[in-house]
Amino acid sequence: MTGLISAELLTNIGRQSKPQREIVTRRDIRKYAVATGNRQRKYLDGDVAPPMFHVPLFWDVVELDQLTPDGVSIDTLLPKFPLERAMAGGLDIEYLMPIRPGDWLTSVRTLTAIYEKAGRSGSLIFYEIIMDIRNDDDELVIREKTTRILR
Amino acid sequence: MTPEPAIGAVLPERQYTPDNVQLMLYNASLWNGHRIHFDLPYATEVEGYPGLVLAGPMLGDWLHQTVDEWLGDAGMITSVSYSNRGATYVGETLTATAAVTAYDAASGALELEVGIRNEAGEVVAPGTIGATLFAAAD
Repeated sequence: MTGLISAELLTNIGRQSKPQREIVTRRDIRKYAVATGNRQRKYLDGDVAPPMFHVPLFWDVVELDQLTPDGVSIDTLLPKFPLERAMAGGLDIEYLMPIRPGDWLTSVRTLTAIYEKAGRSGSLIFYEIIMDIRNDDDELVIREKTTRILR
Repeated sequence: MTPEPAIGAVLPERQYTPDNVQLMLYNASLWNGHRIHFDLPYATEVEGYPGLVLAGPMLGDWLHQTVDEWLGDAGMITSVSYSNRGATYVGETLTATAAVTAYDAASGALELEVGIRNEAGEVVAPGTIGATLFAAAD
């Protein structure tokens, strides 16, 4: 361990985004199903959302002047890390309830972990964000954990 | 079709050859403006990629489709765990694969090993999917 992660950086663990509430529409389900090459009629018709529909539903909508020159929106949940280059990451998703047109869903993202590991060519920083998606009855619909690696 | 799971059973594969239009529509459905997905001069000259980069979560979606089509209305996907190991590009043909690795007949719980394979045979997005088969109606 080279100690890249300061005590101050660790104080960011537990940081939470403002809740984001969105409505599910048949049209948005249909667009997503078509764009992903889905072949199942129930999704192409938008009767029910396919797995991973929460990805387009909760992608950050920012204004043009908030995008970086390469067209990316900056994740304001993240602190400044001592390593900047993002490597491939992973996703862990639990699907607890189906999603249908007319559902109102609310997501909250929490920075849940920051840790360091030795890689083949130096230290790597890992961080994890958990996004909980609940319906208006406060039932958990989806829990998604994103793990990202910085080098 | 009601799947009859057996450990080691290999599901039908599916091939994807996404073009610029599909990649644009996918990113539009997200509101993802990242240039590497639609701006070829930027992707190649500035970022040094050999072509337009396929969006990582789109491959993640394909991991689900193979299993979800096989399950049909007989069950549902309950979890997924996967990672994107390498970049893929417009023009490539990618193959989604899945095989049953565990099945508990009592609970209907299934586990499958899934992956996206490129033309070189490399698994660019390995993962596992958990699913549940619904109890048969009496």
